[in-house]
Order: sequence, then structure tokens, then C-alpha cells
Amino acid sequence: MSQDNQFPSWEVFMQSRPGANFIHQGSIHASDKKMAIQNARDTYSRRGEGTSIWVVPTEAIAASTTEDADMLFDPANDKIYRLPTFYTMPEGAKHI
Amino acid sequence: MTQQEALFKYLLRWGDNALILSHRLSEWCSYAPFIEEDLALTNFALDMIGRAQALLKYAGEVEGKGNTEDLLAYRRSERQYYNNLLMEQPNGDFGVTMVRQLFISAFEKDLFTELQNSRDTTLAAIAAKTLKEVRYHLEHAANWVIRLGNGTDESHERVQKAVNDLWMFTGELFEMDEVDRQLLSDGIAVDISRMQERWTGYINDVLQVATLQKPQDEFMQTGSRNGIHTEHLGHLLSEMQYLQRAYPDAQW
Repeated sequence: MSQDNQFPSWEVFMQSRPGANFIHQGSIHASDKKMAIQNARDTYSRRGEGTSIWVVPTEAIAASTTEDADMLFDPANDKIYRLPTFYTMPEGAKHI
Repeated sequence: MTQQEALFKYLLRWGDNALILSHRLSEWCSYAPFIEEDLALTNFALDMIGRAQALLKYAGEVEGKGNTEDLLAYRRSERQYYNNLLMEQPNGDFGVTMVRQLFISAFEKDLFTELQNSRDTTLAAIAAKTLKEVRYHLEHAANWVIRLGNGTDESHERVQKAVNDLWMFTGELFEMDEVDRQLLSDGIAVDISRMQERWTGYINDVLQVATLQKPQDEFMQTGSRNGIHTEHLGHLLSEMQYLQRAYPDAQW
């Protein structure tokens, strides 16, 4: 099947227990919301894990580009005062 | 017929229905229109294998002749199978498979809803577990029939043809014989003939939304209650049973 006649792509998020965060599982193809939920269920949840499924059209997700990674993530690294590295660690404090 | 013989036959019917349809659906493995649907169809097949295993295991216990679920599945011949004719019909195109599933799952939803109240507690427990799966199968199939009916000219035409071709196998689903009547009076079996009207109403609603025509009730095929099948079951069994027939008692 070529790219052209695939159904639109959807991102699948699942919640493993009530109140937990929805975690991204992967993506599936489907023609509508109903099919997307069914396909998500069949692809990512066949062994009873999960309490709820979200499906989101992939095109509805705004994503940053890798070129923007410097702009978005680097500034923190050269401002070392942002990092809690100037505190002297009390002797004997472990697991910090 | 003793009650034990009647219950054995009754369990074989529902066990065989699950087993044969499961095999049919498994034939889609790696051939479905796209990968998500491949997973869905084989997933349904696995649901049905589980149901067949539970029912045939219990059937073997009721029969009391030392037959396990495997022996019942792999060592009976065509005439000893009691699945409805609809189950063994070939997959055809994807539309045929979805229409077949719609007809069957709509029937099974009512069947297992009522069997939950069977006075046979084992059968009632299997029915309760099965019902959750069947509700999902039904929704999946109904959605697809509606999509295909409202899709392109070609999908509409194909799915209408599937409805027309399979219709003659639907009357048999609601047939009752001595086995049903005997167990019905004991509160073990359910009155399936009463379920036909609701089934027809539901199917009619789905077909209307799908812009499809319900065929006229004309000639209905029959025979599976007596082990009489269409030509397709023999071919299916020869493939399904090959290994145990060629190498009896073969083990992994």
C-alpha cells in the first residue's frame, strides 16, 4: 500500500489506571474516531492493560523541530546558576 | 435422549460455532487490508479460540468418555460438527467477512445475554465472559458495514452483494430442535426462535444506516443441526485437522 491511500494517522495515548497520566503508545491509521479507538485498542491494548484510550489526529499535534532544539533546550546549560550545584552537600547525605 | 446427551450436543453447537469462525478469521492473518485490521481480525480469532476451548472442554466432561477439547476439535469428522452453516462460509472479500461477522455477532450478543441466566452455572459463566468480547466484535463489524455501505460505489455494491449472498444462511441460526426444547424446559437452554424478531430489527437498522437493502426472506439453507454442511466445511477441516490426522497424538 503506498503512502497515498493510507487512512490518516492518529496518535494513541493510554491510561494504565484511573487518575494516571495518559502515555503515548505509538500511532495507527484510521478513517474516523471510532475506527481509531478500535484500532488503538487492537494494536496497543490486547492484554487487559489500561482504563482509557485517547486518540488524536497526528496533524493536530504541534511539534518543535530538531533545529529548534538548541533554542529551546540549550540556554539552561550555560547558565550554571540555574542548576543547584553550588550547595555544599552535607557529609553523610546520600541518594541526592 | 438423556439430559446429558442433550447438553453435550448443545455445548458442541456453540463450541463448534466459535472454533469454525475462529479458523475462518485466522485465514486473514497477513492478508487483511491494513495492519490494524489484521490485528483486529486475528484478535477476534483468538477470542473465539478461547471460547471454543472452554465450551469443548466442558462438552467433553459432560460426555464423560475421556474426550478433551483437542480430541473434539481435531478428531471429529464433518458430519459430527454442529456449527451453523454461516460460520463455515468462505471469507470472500473484506465486505463478506464483515457482513458475516455482523450477522453472527448480532445473534451471539442476544444468545449469550440470555445464556448468562442459564441454570447450568458453567455455561452461564462462559456466556458472561463471552458477552464482553461479542459486544466488541459486533460494534466493529457494524461500523464497517456502515462505512462500506456509505463508501464508494464499489464498496457499496460489494457489501450489498455480501448481504444478499449470506442472507440464506441466517434463518438457520434461529432453528430449534429436540435438544433445545429438552434443555429449555430445564432452564439450561434459551429460546432462540424468540430472538429472531429482535435480530431482524437490529440488522434492519444497521442496513438502513449503511444505505443497504435487506433481502427478502426466501429459501433458507438448513442442515447443521444434523451435521449436514455446505461443501466448505470439509475443506476447512482438512486444513485445520491435518497435523493431528497425519501424526495422531503429536506433541510439541
